[in-house]
Amino acid sequence: MIERITLIGRHGCELLESLGRAGIFLLQSMFARPSREGVRLWLVQMHMVGVMSLAIILVSGLFIGMVLALQGYTILVDFGAEQALGQMVSLSLLRELAPVVAALLFAGRAGSALTAEIGLMKATEQLSSMEMIGVDPLRRIVAPRLWAGFVSLPLLTIGFSVVGVWGGHLVGVEWLGVFEGSYWGNMQESVGFIDDVGNGLLKSLVFALVITWIAVFQGYDLVPTSEGISRATTRTVVYSSLAVLGLDFVLTAVMFGGLS
Amino acid sequence: MMAASLVEVENLHFSRGDREIFRGVDLSIRRGAITAIMGPSGTGKTTLLKLIGGQLSPDAGRVVIDGRDVHALSRNALFRMRRRMGMLFQSGALFSDLSVFENVAFPLRVHTDLPESMIRDVVLMKLEAVGLRGARELMPAELSGGMTRRVALARAVALDPELILYDEPFVGQDPISMGVLVQLIKRLNQALGLTSVVVSHDIRETLTIADYVYVVADGRVMAHGTPEMLEAVQDPRVRQFIHGEPDGPVPFHYQADDFIDDILSHGEPQ
Amino acid sequence: MKRSKTMEFGVGLFMLAGILGLVFLGLKVSGLDLTRADDTFELNANFANIGGLKPRARVTMAGVTVGRVDSIDLDTEWYDARVVMSLDNDLLGKLPDDSTAAILTSGLLGEQYIGLSVGGSPESLEDGATIRDTQSALVLEELIQQFVSNMVNE
Repeated sequence: MIERITLIGRHGCELLESLGRAGIFLLQSMFARPSREGVRLWLVQMHMVGVMSLAIILVSGLFIGMVLALQGYTILVDFGAEQALGQMVSLSLLRELAPVVAALLFAGRAGSALTAEIGLMKATEQLSSMEMIGVDPLRRIVAPRLWAGFVSLPLLTIGFSVVGVWGGHLVGVEWLGVFEGSYWGNMQESVGFIDDVGNGLLKSLVFALVITWIAVFQGYDLVPTSEGISRATTRTVVYSSLAVLGLDFVLTAVMFGGLS
Repeated sequence: MMAASLVEVENLHFSRGDREIFRGVDLSIRRGAITAIMGPSGTGKTTLLKLIGGQLSPDAGRVVIDGRDVHALSRNALFRMRRRMGMLFQSGALFSDLSVFENVAFPLRVHTDLPESMIRDVVLMKLEAVGLRGARELMPAELSGGMTRRVALARAVALDPELILYDEPFVGQDPISMGVLVQLIKRLNQALGLTSVVVSHDIRETLTIADYVYVVADGRVMAHGTPEMLEAVQDPRVRQFIHGEPDGPVPFHYQADDFIDDILSHGEPQ
Repeated sequence: MKRSKTMEFGVGLFMLAGILGLVFLGLKVSGLDLTRADDTFELNANFANIGGLKPRARVTMAGVTVGRVDSIDLDTEWYDARVVMSLDNDLLGKLPDDSTAAILTSGLLGEQYIGLSVGGSPESLEDGATIRDTQSALVLEELIQQFVSNMVNE
């Protein structure tokens, strides 16, 4: 019995310790003095993290918008309210689906890649040798990746929403014959720029922070073996997906649930 | 007195988890000489280099380089001090996304404001010194193990450091590239006036180039002296190591229960 | 260097597309009109019961949207609902001060909004004025109660 309690205590201590390490790590790399080549390194990472994720995000956004329109139409038409299709598609995209689905895809596409890349650098002693050359890997390797992640995901989320709304238009208006004016008109009537677009972006900014933080820290803190890298990559995807879904609930409650 | 030794390690204690790795190590590394640190595998020789380079912090004791305590430095001061050191990693640790040329140019690009033409001159000079000027366009993945280590050596001396740390430079090398590396280390030391620390368990090669040798085992310095002095040491453990006898005071077996009991127990807990 | 140029171009394009997307979301999806923000004036109206009226609900005149509800709170002096609306500046000085405001419902189940009807007075409503003649929202329970008591009286 005492052993059990000790075990729980040990796990608790380890958890706190790694949370503390992760926090210090985040602050040190975010506020690291940017290196001389900082902008160029950031650009390279924007390419790796952002541009390379664009295709999967846009294609998913298109399909989700189309499916939303299709499903929404079959329900709304029963109430004779198919004019509200635009409203339904755009609100579900802006408030929920775009930030969350884009974040989940981003965790799978970019987060795991970040973990594996940094982990491999650690396993092959590249991080150590960089330290010994007198270059802080937090500044040189980690910081550009963190900032690229923070900037990319909100941009990708915007892309997801735009393509999704267009996909909804494609199915709803072009195919199912909802009147075009009421598709856009109802949408504009009900969507608020700050309330819906702004809050959606705020969500995706929070998700971006959490995902890149988890991904980069898992890579930096892993056990430098091939098993360690595979475990850390898995952990990145699992932890960030759970964090995104959990935080989404909290943020939704605060933003739209009247808790504020 | 201070001029004589560049690095002073005093009463160093370090443990990883419950395992004590160093129990009071004292070293003194002379300027301009090649100092070898030898010992059986698993005695934490690489850890010792990481402690000297400030990548790990000791539990007790201190490492003084050129009069400054490495572990009392701020993060920025530590990184500034490391510009005066070079380290050759066991794996070479080249940056896999940069070509050989860019790998050697890396320290110059981040730490100096040299114009591109001068960087080119310096890089080619360093690559010439390790005999790989022709390989400058290759990527690290295209190099053999020996070549990787030579490129890493060129990178380590790119900034003309005062101190260079070699982590197992001879491991896994064929006799020819081993000979090349031995010569390189010796030549670089003489030509550039470096202070070198070589960590190794390849006794023969190391003894041919070392000016002074420390034998580390069981978390302590077992013996130290010039290679000739070590040949004459009577301590059986040191003799076993220097002469490469398979079994002796340093056991061949990892600590285990009695073999017969272990076989007969059929895997049941004892 | 060539590769890094195309890469920079790609990143630039990516960021530009993101900003354009945001503009699209602003103008086309949320119907943001940048000119309207400061071109409004305020009117107040007190209702005995606002039913399900919410902030940001439409304010219409002859079915045309002319403004929005800014805020709704309880007037503790009269214990009725105080509604603040912002209306297009075009109407400033053109609404007679005996205009009426009513809370209407779009369709049977739709949202509630405010409908303004023009009066005939020569005086006009200024910024911050209060509409005195108001008609509360229809509350289904009250209607039923009235209907039942009428039945009993007959």
